[in-house]
Amino acid sequence: MTTTPTTSTLKVTDPVLLEFAAEVGASGKVAVVGAQTRWDVGGQPAKGVRQLGAPAGVVEYKPEEMTVKVRAGTSVSDLDAELAAAGQRCALPNRGGTVGGAVAVGEDHLGVLGRGPVRDSVLQVRYVSADGVTVTGGGPVVKNVSGFNLPKLMVGSLGVLGCLSEFVLRTNPVPGVSRWLQFADADPFAVFDLAHRPGAVLWNGTSTWVLLEGYLPDVEAQNTLLIKQWAGVEVEAPPPLPQHRWAMPPAALSTVGPLPTGEFVASVGVGRLWGQRPAPPTAQDPVVVELSRRLKTNFDPTGRLNPGRTP
Amino acid sequence: MTSFLDRIRAAAPIASRYGGSKFRKPTDALVADLEAALSPGQVRADGAQRALLSHDASLFDGGVAGPVCFPTTGEEVQAVVTVALRHNRAIVPRGAGTGLAGGAIPFGAPVVISLTRMNRILEVDVENRVAWVEPGVVNLDLTKHLKRIGFHFAPDPSSQQVCTIGGNVATNSGGPHCLAYGVTDAHVLAVEIVLASGEKAMLGSIGPQDEGLDLRGAFIGSEGTLGVATKVAVRLTKNPPAVKTLLLSFASVRAAANTVSAVIAAGIVPAAMEVMDQRITIAVENFVKAGYPVDAAAVLLAEVEGLADGVKIEAEQISAIGTQNGATEVRLAQSEAERELLWKGRKTAFGAVAQIKPDYYLHDTVVPRSALADVLEEIYKIADRHQLIVMNVFHAGDGNLHPLLLFDRRIEGELDRVHAAGAEIVEASLAAGGVLSGEHGIGIEKQDYMDRLFTSDDLDHQNRLRNAFDPSCRTNPGKVLPMAHSCADIQALRSVPAGVWG
Repeated sequence: MTTTPTTSTLKVTDPVLLEFAAEVGASGKVAVVGAQTRWDVGGQPAKGVRQLGAPAGVVEYKPEEMTVKVRAGTSVSDLDAELAAAGQRCALPNRGGTVGGAVAVGEDHLGVLGRGPVRDSVLQVRYVSADGVTVTGGGPVVKNVSGFNLPKLMVGSLGVLGCLSEFVLRTNPVPGVSRWLQFADADPFAVFDLAHRPGAVLWNGTSTWVLLEGYLPDVEAQNTLLIKQWAGVEVEAPPPLPQHRWAMPPAALSTVGPLPTGEFVASVGVGRLWGQRPAPPTAQDPVVVELSRRLKTNFDPTGRLNPGRTP
Repeated sequence: MTSFLDRIRAAAPIASRYGGSKFRKPTDALVADLEAALSPGQVRADGAQRALLSHDASLFDGGVAGPVCFPTTGEEVQAVVTVALRHNRAIVPRGAGTGLAGGAIPFGAPVVISLTRMNRILEVDVENRVAWVEPGVVNLDLTKHLKRIGFHFAPDPSSQQVCTIGGNVATNSGGPHCLAYGVTDAHVLAVEIVLASGEKAMLGSIGPQDEGLDLRGAFIGSEGTLGVATKVAVRLTKNPPAVKTLLLSFASVRAAANTVSAVIAAGIVPAAMEVMDQRITIAVENFVKAGYPVDAAAVLLAEVEGLADGVKIEAEQISAIGTQNGATEVRLAQSEAERELLWKGRKTAFGAVAQIKPDYYLHDTVVPRSALADVLEEIYKIADRHQLIVMNVFHAGDGNLHPLLLFDRRIEGELDRVHAAGAEIVEASLAAGGVLSGEHGIGIEKQDYMDRLFTSDDLDHQNRLRNAFDPSCRTNPGKVLPMAHSCADIQALRSVPAGVWG
């Protein structure tokens, strides 16, 4: 033991990642394309930019460590299938896109209360820098405070700080039972209070949906508890989500003024709302805007990475 | 390899000296400006105060505090930072000083900003499941405050009776119950900070967090090098309706470690899984009389929580897995009092070792769970080779090792052996695919190991992150990144006029 790892063993040696880094190169504007399911988040990508796809494949899956190393171009469906075979799941939403796209956009799963947020699930990130070099941030284990948190910075970055190539993601066991209940006339906030750590509580202005997850007897007990209070039925799936994302403090959902019933689905306890119309612009802290601008400049001085997008 | 401290001493033009009586009380324009910005009672430049705040809970000396400020509001923090900027002086924020990696040790007589007087719980907002607190609020005080409404703050480091929320944010603290709940960054929704420029910013929000660059996430765990936290929005976690705590005894540390891996592999994520070896168990039992089995080679403390049926199912499964892996005894805490006593034993473990040796060095690395048993075996061999007593008490569920090396600093050469053994423990953890720190941070303790985990390009990118927040490198300079990779820290450390503050 205690064989001293030489500096070279820290270098990324996976030929697939090295090839991607060579493709990104050190000059010229590039955009990394996934499945384009969230292609307009943060602005339209600039026209006439060289487009690349990130490498795909699950590299290493260790269910007993609750971690999976996966390349950015892998579809979330493929990843989910591999995890499900071992009775596990991850925090990424499956909207038909890629793992890299899901991390770059950073949008949480509908069941975020049970699965945890995407930003907490990326343990290690690899990306190609604006200089064409593969950089590693974070580490492959489930707990780590060794140095600055580059994985956090990459979640939701829309790829403007680096071209995302590989992640180590945290996985979790799939609960024994997942059950959606729908209530025609319940107070969604009371449902959220009464249920024990529900996976999700959704509300469209009239109906409330709750996702109960866990061991069968616990789910049955919760089911009974809720149905005693409000008339509800088990349903196959949650309602379809409108296109536009709104954000607000969770308690503010109770006063979703301008949106008529049927034009939104709100995630109670989270403060997320999906609306049929775009969210009104919100004022941004100018110091935060300046910090974000400096990060962009520091990571990509010439603005060659995914131009046109702003996280 | 020259040590980092030696390089700091060479870089800074002040004589680095330790000892309260050696610190002078300078009267200069900086002190006068700070007193004008706050009140004279909130600025201390006397030798005793400066000597006290030149340390944290680590063994490192060589720190030299400049004037120490005790602001009581965010505006006062801004005022202090602005004065420091005008005098081109570095700033070092600190909480309770319980850090073990030297992260709060001041170099080059910076303005030390003690946040201990900013200790108010500003608002408990149950509807939004959030509390707004000042950074000086003590971790356990917050949890006690929330108990009456059925909530708690999940991160529970062993120092939780004294450590502050601001310190938890700085180091991204963990604790036994982070296995299921996640560490501090999963429980801090927003942080108001003051940058080295004196500007104020609100990072994150209490709403959904999944849009935009996660500056909040970048700030948490940055060890005070990006700015000063002045207000923190923490997530309220509902207390579980049911809890069961099991104590499993084993005839070997390996059997305990294997049980931990097997529990996770069976699809169970307990709230906590902590292992104590025989030496620490005996020390703790002498101290708290919790009924720990002193004849076992290792004990596993496992806690499950949630709804009643699931808790019962998981407790039974853990018990069965333990038995399959050779548990010699499985005990279920029969009352809340017994459960609390078991936890008291675990949480006071570090104090209990004083019975054996006057000093200890607490390490902190993380390895893959499957490597726990092998790395522990290696750690015992390393301690033997260096003729040291090692005790292991650790967050087994996360693979987070905490070897305690016992020593007596009065015995010549013993501390050197502790450092040599520590270096080998870090190497063994890295060789097993682990990382440098799970919850203590890098500080100055592990700076010189950073290039064992990261390439030069990786460290360069970490520095770019740091630089975006603080281009002048005046916020807690000389920490985390090895000197070769940290922007202008050396310059920040050189900005003090020679002779005045030494």
